[in-house]
Order: sequence, then structure tokens, then C-alpha cells
Amino acid sequence: MDGQVIVGLEVHCQLDTKSKLFCGCSTDYRSDGPNTHVCPVCLGLPGSMPVLNRRSIEYAMRVAKALNCSVLEESEFSRKNYFYPDLDKAYQITQYDKPLAEGGYLEIEGDEGGEKRIRITRIHVEEDPGRLVHMGTAERGRYSLVDYNRAGIPLIEIVSEPDMRSPKEARKFLNKLRATLEYLSVFDSEKEGSLRVDANISIRGSERVEVKNITSYKGVEKALTFEVTRQKNLLRRGQKVERETRHFLEARGITQSSRSKEQEHDYRYFPEPDLRPLHVHSWLQDIELPELPDARRERFITQYGCSLNHARTLTGDLRLANFYETVVSPDPVTLATLADTWISDTLIGELNYRNMNIDAVDPAAFTGLLGLLRMGVITDKSGTEVLRVMLDQHKNHQPCEKPAVIVERLNLRKVSATNIGDTAADISAKSGVEPDLSIQSNPIVTAITEVLTEHPGAVDDFMKGKKGAFNFLVGQVMKKTRGCADPGEVNRLLAEELNKEGA
Amino acid sequence: MEAHTLTFEPDDRYNAFLTTCTKAPHGEGPLCGVTVAVKDNISTQGIETTCASKILKGYIPPYNAHVVWLLRQSGAAIVGKTNMDEFGMGTTTENSAFGPTLNPRDTGRVPGGSSGGSAAAIAGGMVRMALGTDTGGSIRCPAAFCGIVGMKPTYGRVSRYGLIAYANSLEQIGPMAQNVSDVSTLMGVIAGYDRRDSTLQDRPYTHTPSADIKGLRIGIPKEYFGAGVDPAVAGAVTKAIGRLEELGATTLPCSIPSMEYALAAYYVTCTCEASSNLARFDGVRYGPAADTKKSWHDAFREVRRAGFGTEVRRRIMLGTFALSSGYYGKYYAKAQIARENVKKDFARIFSDVDVLAGPTMPTIAFKLGEKSDPLAMYLTDILTVPVNLAGIPAISVPCGKVEGMPVGLQIMGRPWEDERVIDVAYAYEQAVS
Repeated sequence: MDGQVIVGLEVHCQLDTKSKLFCGCSTDYRSDGPNTHVCPVCLGLPGSMPVLNRRSIEYAMRVAKALNCSVLEESEFSRKNYFYPDLDKAYQITQYDKPLAEGGYLEIEGDEGGEKRIRITRIHVEEDPGRLVHMGTAERGRYSLVDYNRAGIPLIEIVSEPDMRSPKEARKFLNKLRATLEYLSVFDSEKEGSLRVDANISIRGSERVEVKNITSYKGVEKALTFEVTRQKNLLRRGQKVERETRHFLEARGITQSSRSKEQEHDYRYFPEPDLRPLHVHSWLQDIELPELPDARRERFITQYGCSLNHARTLTGDLRLANFYETVVSPDPVTLATLADTWISDTLIGELNYRNMNIDAVDPAAFTGLLGLLRMGVITDKSGTEVLRVMLDQHKNHQPCEKPAVIVERLNLRKVSATNIGDTAADISAKSGVEPDLSIQSNPIVTAITEVLTEHPGAVDDFMKGKKGAFNFLVGQVMKKTRGCADPGEVNRLLAEELNKEGA
Repeated sequence: MEAHTLTFEPDDRYNAFLTTCTKAPHGEGPLCGVTVAVKDNISTQGIETTCASKILKGYIPPYNAHVVWLLRQSGAAIVGKTNMDEFGMGTTTENSAFGPTLNPRDTGRVPGGSSGGSAAAIAGGMVRMALGTDTGGSIRCPAAFCGIVGMKPTYGRVSRYGLIAYANSLEQIGPMAQNVSDVSTLMGVIAGYDRRDSTLQDRPYTHTPSADIKGLRIGIPKEYFGAGVDPAVAGAVTKAIGRLEELGATTLPCSIPSMEYALAAYYVTCTCEASSNLARFDGVRYGPAADTKKSWHDAFREVRRAGFGTEVRRRIMLGTFALSSGYYGKYYAKAQIARENVKKDFARIFSDVDVLAGPTMPTIAFKLGEKSDPLAMYLTDILTVPVNLAGIPAISVPCGKVEGMPVGLQIMGRPWEDERVIDVAYAYEQAVS
């Protein structure tokens, strides 16, 4: 089928071990100064020798098992030789012709609906190089500094077969992979630079292009979408797609051809003589996998009654799934469905808007918010407002108020015809006087009366049969009551009032 | 810990030392106050370590090699760093960026290499013991040429941590001294477990040499007495083997057919590994600094061209070529097959005999400048490299003289039987002294 998009990915993830792959240096370097987490081994000082971190292999084996790969009886580390200032030994210790594991798969939700298997070609373990920090501008005083804190951090490289058929599927694969790695407790996607992706993309019948330097989940879809358009445009104009390596420029959302010289690498691989071959196949049987995203998704559906889509969203991120379960834990029966919608729809949207992650939300506070909603103390609209206040306070490092406190402070209690609010009820209870529950004193009715007076045109329209006018009038009432009115009740009362007018 | 200081001011007329520690600190222990010289490719914390290369001039390691730490633990006084062929690449110690070392037995001749400085320091009476390293004969050759004892231990018996790698899969640090007892003592100090060397096995050496070799079966590989071996040297060695028979050993002729490819396999393997090992010397982190005004690749190229000597550059080029795409299978992969064949030959022979004996070097020490053709030089390693390819232990012990120059008797043993190799050398040494 000519013209079909074909995508394969090579994903590099930092394994979340405590120490580096070949020495005892700590991997927790991000908040420390440059070159503070280094030793003779990860600096590549003459005479130093690598010692394999057993835990990193165990982590990689977890991944291999979760991705249904077979672990080789014997695997081997090799040297990949190339000169670059961030590579202190001038070779990277990686795995070449004898990787740790081969031949697995990961299921994603395919574009055509239903589960789709993306085959995994191989998984191997390697060390991260250091990091270059470029100083000055291109024109003046340009120089680079090297930070070897990152040198020797264990990486896992996961190579897929070219089984994805769209940038969206690539994104889904990556998201699913991230979730799986996090469920396995071997990866922390929140750490800066913990993920790097190279993508191979072609239009069936044409040459393949490798896109390097993708460092975010969104970036994959962006880079590939750009490439699909670029390649299809070339073909449409009757030109050829050239086989080449392109770099993704995240800020501009485009890919750019690398100079051809950079492609002519000859890495001169050979087995690392300072390490013995690995015989770890037997470890596999002792590795117990935790509940993985697919299993948890199914459980969310049966246990909490989540919809398939929501269950997918919630379990697609370990933190989110844990958050959901913590939030509903005080009272799963009554909170499950409410939490499902509020987290999957409202909360995620608000977080994304603020570029915040789920760690910013205190589950107990969120449970409190759901309680207010469930008891009918606030409307959905006010609920959203409370949530926004909570998130903004966290974001601005302000003291975080409890949802109930925010409701009182902003006077967001639901206003309704049958319940004019606890404050009034409290007063009446204390005074012993029956609260006046007559229609006339109801703020909704007051608002309706005002709206009908202010918008005679709309009333006329409604009378003439324009249904849209009714919605407009509801909106005006909601505005007047600052969203504190229950929309159902507004509808009912407004209809009543209009009926009176029409009569 | 190092409460004592030893004053060391040798008359180094042989250029054996690159660095001397005139006030050498030392502590208590089995080697208390013993003067030990360390080859300059072994990292010594606080003491310049150059591998006899300009590219490491001024490099002071921030850490000790494991063997250096063990030496210090044992109370030894490390009195200096010895000259060598640059990065261990040579058979004469003429390839030093800091001038050749002279043979104390005849200063018109080379001391052998690459551990020539260590051998000369001992032969010249400046130190009692020294550490050398042996990648393809670099301990045994200078031991033979200078008339001292030197041993290459079984691969994986002595930690290489801190040894600046030339060819990781071949080399071992080993003891050198005037006599077998001292070699054995030093071996006991350096053969300790170290988790930082993954190729190491936990096989401590606690042996005291024994001269009893009755019933020992000695294999005499015909290749060690064939073409290219100076008949006079072969004669001296044959005579020495006769002494071993007198002591109760029996001899058995044998053959190592794989030796035909041993030299090629050795040079492919060591140059490949070297090309990778030496790539890190770029003037960024240590050694003479790269010119930061230049582009990265230009600065890098310049540092390396100026820093490495001719032989080192030659081997880097050879190794780079042999590992290149399209040539790997032709060279490196084939060399590994040849290497396996050498191992198999030794294994087969060692089922019939306990040790092998032959000359260490095919000739006596060359005159300075005599071997100017690299290939002719490589050929002189033929009797020492099979041991490195197979990873087995071997020792060179002096066995008479030819033209007034010492000849070395080489004893090779089964893997991990360093003790037996020492015993045979000890028996011979005791018998002739």
C-alpha cells in the first residue's frame, strides 16, 4: 500500500538506579553543581575500569519481561568508538551484536481502534555520556563546558519494529512505554532529560529518514507529523525522499537535515575487554512483575466502573492511577464515578493548562472537593473554580487552603430555590425563626426576574419559538448568580417564569 | 600509616627512572622498607604517571592502582616510576618519549621492553623489586635481557585497576626482582582480590617456593627452538633444561602449531584494543591542554599528533583500520579465532605435561638502534606472545650467557598454576647458584 506512513522508534530511557552503571557515583545529580558526581571510572581517567551495576541489569530485565522479550543466554558489552568531548573515554560502553533481550511486543490502542501489537526488536543497556553546556553566542565568545555528572548513568535502549502507522500511534507507543517503565519502578519520567527518542519514518515505497534529538513525548508526534507532511509534499511534487538523518528542533517544531559528514560514522564496535559476558537468563524466573497498565486498566473498569477511555487515561500514568485510587479510597462506592470524571476530564485539563503535574495536587484535598460536589454544597462550575484556586495557590507557592475554606471565602455555596444556603439556615436555626423559603426571596428567581426585564428582546424571541433564546437567558441568569446556581434549577424556574409571561 | 621515610638518591646512569621519590614514605609490613620501583603506566596517587608519553606529561593521578595500594599496605617504599616503551608499545624501551633506558649489563644494548626501566633498576642494583606489566612479553623480555627474574601471572590473578590500559585482554601486572624468592614475595603482595577489576578472580598467592621438582613433566615445544631462534641462545636454554632433568624432571617434545598465527593474532588484538584505549587522550581532562581557541577536532588532532610517538601512532592506525567496518571480520574476529586455537593447543599440551620450557627471547639483547624496522621488532616477540594470548602464567629466569649477555629460560604453566611456574624457576635458580 503505497503512501502509508511507517514509523519505528529507538527509545533511550535513564534507568532510575541509585548509582551509575559502572561505578558507585550517585545518579541524583540534577540539583548539584557540575562535575560533582564523578570518580576515576565515570571520568574515564586512565587506568580506571568499569564494574557492572547489577541492579541496572535487573531493572533492564524487568523491562524485558514486561515487554515479552526473550533474554539472551549470553549477552555482551561492546565499545562504540567515537570522538566527542562529552564522551570521556572516547568510546561508549554499550551492547551491540549480543544485546540483553530480543523479540518482544507492547500493545497500544491503534488508530483503527482496538489493541495493536508493536513488536520490540531488542533491548540493550548502555552508559549515558556527559553533557555539553554551550556558552556565549554563535558570534562572540562561543565555547563549551563539559559536565560529566551524567556520564555513566544507565540507559536502556528499546528498539521497536517499524509497526506504527502514524505519528499518533508513535505517541501512544511512547506513552504506553513510559507508563510500563514507571509501573516497573525503573524509570522516572519527571526527571529532566530522562528520555530521548530517535524515530525512523518513511512513506511506503520511499526512503527512510531518521529523526534524532527528540526529547519529549509531545515532540515525537510533532516531529513525525512534520516529517509526514514534508515527505508527502516532496513526493507530491515528484521529488524523492532522501535517505538521511535529520535533527528535530523542538522550539521550532521542524526537522533539519544533519550534515552528511555526521552520518559517516564508523563506530568500530568490539567487545569490551574489561567486562565479562553476561549470563543472566536465569534471573528471569525470579523477577516478579507488578500490575502493569493493561491489567490495572481492566481492574479500574470492573472495580470502579470507569469507562474504557477514562480507565485508559487514568492508568496510562502511574502517578495519576495512584492518585485516583488514593482519592477514592475513603469511600470508593460513592466517589469512584465522580472522581473518574473529575480527574480524567477536569483535573487533567487544568493541570495541562498550567503545565503542572499530578504531584501538585493533594489527594485528600481533592477528596474533600469531591465531597462538597457530591453533597451538593457547590455546583460543578464552582467546583472547577475551587480547583483552579487550589492549583494556582500551589503554583504560586501560596499557602494551600482547603476546598471548604475556599468555598466560604469566595462565597461559592450553591444558591437554589429550595436551599438558600447554610448561612441563612444557620441563622434561622439559631434565631428559631423559620427561614423564608418563599419564591420571592430566592436569589435565582430575583435574577430571573431581572434578566427577563433586561432582555425583553430575547423573551420575545423565545415566545416566537426560538429555542436559542432560552439558552441565552439561562446563561444570563448563571452570570448573575456567579455560577452558584444549579443549572437544572435555573432551567426549571426560568421555564416556569416564561410560562407565566406567556400565559 | 606510612611512619617512615626512605631516602632514595640512585645514580641512575641507565635512565631507568622517569620519576624518583627521594623521600619515599613507607609503613610497616612484610615489605617494610623494601625499595620497589613501579612502571610508569601504573597509577600512583600524587606521583606523576606518564606511560613515557608526552601526552600524559604532568598527569598526576588522583588515585592509586590497586597494586600500589597493596604495596603501600605491605610497607614497601615506592621509590620511583620506571621508564618504558611509550604505553608499553615496544620491545626495547627505546620508544620512550623521555629517552631510552640502557642495559646495565652492556650500556650499548637495550634492556628489552617494554618494562625496561624496571628491569634496569633491578639489574643496576638501584632497587630490590619492581613492578612491570606484560602485554606480549614486556616483563619477561627485559628480565631475560637484563639477567633478572620476571613473571607474567595468570590473566586475572593481579588487579589491573589503575594500570593505564594498552591491551586489556592481554596484559597483567607482574613482579620483577633479582631472584625467584623476591619475585614470589612480591607476587604474594600484589595478587589480592579487587572488586574493581571485573576480569579478576579471587586467587590469592600465599606460596613459598619449593625446589622439589621430582617427577615434573616438562614439554619442549619445537617452535621455541626453530627458525629465528639464535642457536647459541637455544643451546644455553637446552643446557638449562638438562639441569632440570638432573633435578628429577622428565622432558617431552611437543608442538604448538597455532604459533604460526600467534604473532598476527597478537598484533591485531593489541592494536585494536590500543586504538580504543588511547582515544581518550585528547587534552581536555589531563595532560598537555588542547588549544581552546581552535575547533574541537582541530585541537584534538593537534594534541594527539604532538603527544604520541611514532610507534604509538602506528599501532593506533593499525588498530583503527582493523576494527573498521568491513575489516572487523577479516582481522579482529579472525584474530580471536587464532587466539582460541592457541588456548586449545596449550590446553591439549598441558594434559600431557606440567609446564613448558623454552627461551624467553630468540636472541640476546639487541644493540641500541639495531632494530629499526618495526616488523623485525615485532618478530622478536614470537616466543612471549603465545602466553598472553592464552592468559597463562610464565616466568623468565636467567640461564647462562651468550656473548657475555644474559639469556632467559622461560617456564610456562597451566592457568592459575603460577606457584608451579615459580617452583620450577626456583629449582633451577637454586641448582645453578
